[in-house]
Amino acid sequence: MKFHFSRKQLIIPYGLFLALFVVLPLLFIVYYAFTDGSTGAFTLSNFGKFLTSGTSLSTLLLSVGVAILTTLFCLLIAYPIAYVLARSKMKKKTVLLMLFVLPMWINFVLRINALREFLDLIGLLGNANLFNTVLGMIYDFLPFMILPLYTTLIKMDKNLLEASSDLGGNAFTTFIKVTLPMSMQGIISGITMVFMPTMTNYVISDTLGLGHVTIIGKLIEDCFGARADWNLGSAIALILLVIIFATMVFTGGFKDDEAGARGAGLW
Amino acid sequence: MSEKIIQFIGVSKAYDKTLAVEDVNFYVNKGEFITFLGPSGCGKTTTLRMIAGFEMPTSGQILLDGKDITNVPPHKRPINTVFQRYALFPHLSVYDNIAFGLKLKKIKVVLENKNGERIEKYEKLTRGEIKEKVTNALKIVDLEGFEDRNITTLSGGQQQRIAIARAIVNEPEILLLDEPLGALDLKMRKEMQLELKEMHRKLGITFIYVTHDQEEALTMSDTVIVMKDGMIQQIGTPMDIYNEPKNVFVADFIGESNILSGVMTDKFKVKFAGHVFDCVDDFAKNEYVDVVVRPEDIDMVEKDQGDVNGKVISSIFKGIHYEMTVIAGKNEFVIQNTDERKVGETIGLKIGPEDIHIMAKEFTINRYDGYITKKNTVVFGDGEYEADVTQLYPNSHIDEEGYLITDDGKQIDLTDADVSVEVGLKCIDIDDNVEEANAVGKIISIIYKGDHYQIIVRTENEEDYVADTEYLWNENDMVGIKIAAKDIKLSLKTEAQK
Repeated sequence: MKFHFSRKQLIIPYGLFLALFVVLPLLFIVYYAFTDGSTGAFTLSNFGKFLTSGTSLSTLLLSVGVAILTTLFCLLIAYPIAYVLARSKMKKKTVLLMLFVLPMWINFVLRINALREFLDLIGLLGNANLFNTVLGMIYDFLPFMILPLYTTLIKMDKNLLEASSDLGGNAFTTFIKVTLPMSMQGIISGITMVFMPTMTNYVISDTLGLGHVTIIGKLIEDCFGARADWNLGSAIALILLVIIFATMVFTGGFKDDEAGARGAGLW
Repeated sequence: MSEKIIQFIGVSKAYDKTLAVEDVNFYVNKGEFITFLGPSGCGKTTTLRMIAGFEMPTSGQILLDGKDITNVPPHKRPINTVFQRYALFPHLSVYDNIAFGLKLKKIKVVLENKNGERIEKYEKLTRGEIKEKVTNALKIVDLEGFEDRNITTLSGGQQQRIAIARAIVNEPEILLLDEPLGALDLKMRKEMQLELKEMHRKLGITFIYVTHDQEEALTMSDTVIVMKDGMIQQIGTPMDIYNEPKNVFVADFIGESNILSGVMTDKFKVKFAGHVFDCVDDFAKNEYVDVVVRPEDIDMVEKDQGDVNGKVISSIFKGIHYEMTVIAGKNEFVIQNTDERKVGETIGLKIGPEDIHIMAKEFTINRYDGYITKKNTVVFGDGEYEADVTQLYPNSHIDEEGYLITDDGKQIDLTDADVSVEVGLKCIDIDDNVEEANAVGKIISIIYKGDHYQIIVRTENEEDYVADTEYLWNENDMVGIKIAAKDIKLSLKTEAQK
């Protein structure tokens, strides 16, 4: 029998990959989260354990707090940078943009340790653990905020700004009524790219908070490591997944479909 | 008596080093429909953008109602713009797009307080007032009921109308329109032309329009300003511009025309195409002139009955008329007539005195400032040329060391001497071979003049060569310039070093 190769079959490797590395692990997590460690019977106690433990909940709260602070400051720092870069008529602005993004290309453990040495030098290390953690997070995730903002701002039609000023809008109203709403897509993807990783990046909190700042990622790591409680770890991971999913829905991260349909409507 | 609403006084605008608009002077009357017409890059859009306030002039003054607004930002000018690609806000609905300006507007109201004193206050429009104005604006552009529609779901023509509504709803003193119909198809464009004209009549405000479409300009405007290379060529009514073009460029750009070289033989007599015609324009005797005759103004009669005889070499049916090309001697005439003459037929051509438009020749000679090099070559017009420098001193010659020896034996070093250079239009050779040419430039204009083409080549540093040639080139081609040594006429500007 002759084997007929069709375009549809190209999907096979990707299908296998997704099944092996995404769906299957997810199923494992769900399985562990809903079963008892010793008996293997169905149970909700893993969730109960997490949701009734004061320390666990405060860890979750702290993680969310750190993530919100980091995202907020990243946005406040990145927006002006992206705005100025996108608007400047400078010929070499891509070089400047690259300098802001360059840290992404250097191993982050190295960068965080360098920051740790610096904080030690100025005497902050060990004295302001939470501050140091947030600082490290901002330092690490800033490029992820700058890039999407820059991309949406540079794509914006300059005529719209002229139209706004033509209709009586000064620089401030033009920013509030045109630039800001039109860069919403960039803001949302920036937030998505910073908020979620910050909740789990315990390497930064461990290194800069000297172990005094425990975020949810650290808790999961403990469950799978020192505490050897895979079931609780899976339950926490699942809770996190739900939270992240909720924030995605809330911030409209899934709205791409609608934008796509709109774009398609143009054709 | 009409009032000047906008006045430009000596306005120039430079980007980097190139002048987009050069020393422009004009005024616009209140309530007028005025159109800036010209090819792309002529400075018409820059001029419009300076009226809107998006660009600040490099020099000169702009007056609005007699007040200087040169440095007033756009949001403080009572002027609104319809943009070329509409520039509607995609994140807002039709209603919010149109209401954008109204929501920002503050109206002066005079109130009386408790003590009976009159106080002036600026108040925003109420929600109801805005709604009423938006509804009304949508009615004007024939899109009633479109308030809640999404901008991206509208067709090009509808977006165009919304853009107009968004501008006129603010009741500006002046409405600027930057090639607003450029993106529409022909039928839609014709419809919108009439609608815009009607809107202008109803609203009674000043319309300033920019287009490269001469037909559009002639159809809609009260006044047309023809621009080229950042300079105004002619200001006049559509009739004036068409019937009395001021120069060859305007004649060539507006409608179709036969442009020929002629010479004045006497008062009101001009000779071209081998015949002396009566004319109504007064020029000095023996002056070389350009003659413009519109294709529809040439009468065809029997052979030997007209002013000149010619042979029909082509005939094309154009719907309303036939367009025939007739060769008379060395000259070519394009004729439009509802009657057809067959190809090959020899006919007589007759041109009435009032149909002959005479204008001074724009270019009679190329003039440059240059200097002489160590090698006794001359540098001018972005190039280096071999030239005969002995013409500067009668009976002189060059010695072996390159010094010039005058008639009475004096030795002169001409190195770096400043000279004025003159080259005749016919002496400039345009050549494909850019490598071996003395100067290189781009062809920026080609005008057919009956028996030859007048071509303008512009170099990178904006030096122009005007050449009369029989060969047709393509606009925007990069070409080389060559000039024979004998055709370069030099004169010293200052005394050279002894």
